[in-house]
Amino acid sequence: MAATQEEIVSGLAEIVNEIAGIPTEDVKPEKSFTDDLDVDSLSMVEVVVAAEEKFGVKIPDDDVKNLKTVGDATDYILKHQS
Amino acid sequence: MNATNDTVVVTGIGATTPLGGDSASTWDGLVAGRSGVVALEEEWAEGLPVRIAARAAVEPGESIPRPQARRLDRSAQFALIAAREAWADAGFSARAGEDPTVAPDRLGAVVASGIGGVTTLLEQYDVLREKGVRRVSPHTVPMLMPNSPSANVGLEVNARAGVHTPVSACASGSEAVGYAIEMIRTGRADIVVAGGTEAALHPLPVAAFANMMAMSKNNEDPQGASRPFDVDRNGFVLGEGSGVIVLESAEHARRRGARVYAEAVGQGISADSHDIVQPEPSGNGIAHALQNLMARNDLDPAEIVHINAHATSTPQGDLAELKAMRKVFGDDMDHMGISATKSMTGHLLGGAGGVETVATLLALHHRTAPPTINIHNLDPEADGDIVRDTARALPAEGRIAALNNSFGFGGHNVVLAFRTV
Repeated sequence: MAATQEEIVSGLAEIVNEIAGIPTEDVKPEKSFTDDLDVDSLSMVEVVVAAEEKFGVKIPDDDVKNLKTVGDATDYILKHQS
Repeated sequence: MNATNDTVVVTGIGATTPLGGDSASTWDGLVAGRSGVVALEEEWAEGLPVRIAARAAVEPGESIPRPQARRLDRSAQFALIAAREAWADAGFSARAGEDPTVAPDRLGAVVASGIGGVTTLLEQYDVLREKGVRRVSPHTVPMLMPNSPSANVGLEVNARAGVHTPVSACASGSEAVGYAIEMIRTGRADIVVAGGTEAALHPLPVAAFANMMAMSKNNEDPQGASRPFDVDRNGFVLGEGSGVIVLESAEHARRRGARVYAEAVGQGISADSHDIVQPEPSGNGIAHALQNLMARNDLDPAEIVHINAHATSTPQGDLAELKAMRKVFGDDMDHMGISATKSMTGHLLGGAGGVETVATLLALHHRTAPPTINIHNLDPEADGDIVRDTARALPAEGRIAALNNSFGFGGHNVVLAFRTV
């Protein structure tokens, strides 16, 4: 069953908490991974791989650069999840 | 001591070792003659010929937050903990630039490891095989590269005068300290954070060292297994951890009113060019390093009252080292109390030179030589005044000096000298 927008944001929050140590309640759609959430380029790869696993999506490397915010990633996953 | 630009002093000390999570608890363990060796109860150790090791007394995760720890190899975690202690111990309140007494461009870092991020490499290879390419951590390369501990310590303190990683197997940590002394002497830096680290408790390195017949297989007696100079010694016990110090030009230390542990008198270096792993048995290679130390530095053998020996508890190496000292020092060797602290810490490989530099400095500071434990029957060929069983007081008055010997596979010989001020 496909995840809802809310479920995706909360799932990404758990991933960002695990990788960058940011409290889950601070991970909101408008937050930038790099500027707000201490996710640098290497850690972004980890976030992407963890999100792929959690939501059953495939996020090609070329698309990762467009995922600036948590909202970007949420929209991408909503659109592409199987 | 003449506080010229050539004079280098030690102003900070830090360590995390099998005896304790900092330099004070490590020193307490050394003086008490406590062994840090334990039985390896983990599943991965089952079936290995060696199932004992000197594990770090405090897990590094206790003081490094998880998001940072997960992108650092265990060897870099140890180095960071030891460096933080040494940095604070030297009296610095923040990283260079933020602490007004340290200019980033005049600060260096030289932290060595013998093997580098070997556990990261092997764990990520397991991930590759079991979970596939996509799951290999993007942090793998910066975690496993041998310069990772040095680079991470450099980042931590904001060192911009140069960050280096000399690699010479089990001499690496001491070579790092020697390199740091030279950086200051040649005017490249005013302050250098230097030492060694290692974290190789993994079945592959254990199996590999065991198959070389280099390790003690006394699995039934972990605490008694590392016994340098005992007639029945049968190899080293693998240890993990780090020792890091802050070296500083005497002039810089004086200007900021720093507390000085000792003068870092200098180093002596040589290479055996004899065999890739066996020490040159007559001790000539080591003697050459000691001769270089004495010839190139203002050091009187009469001042040397203590030697932290490399003495890993191997049949050949321990004797070659003593022969070398007799060759170079003659009768003067009789007033040098020789301690093999690996009897308690195990052998930290690239971390050994760092931890034993810390032990040597604290021996001068407290004017106490730590003991060599586990000598039940002294090897009749072990010629020298070996400090056995219990700690021994060093001369309470006057200027005294001490040496730290470190040798590595590949025939690398490094000797460091320190002296009270």
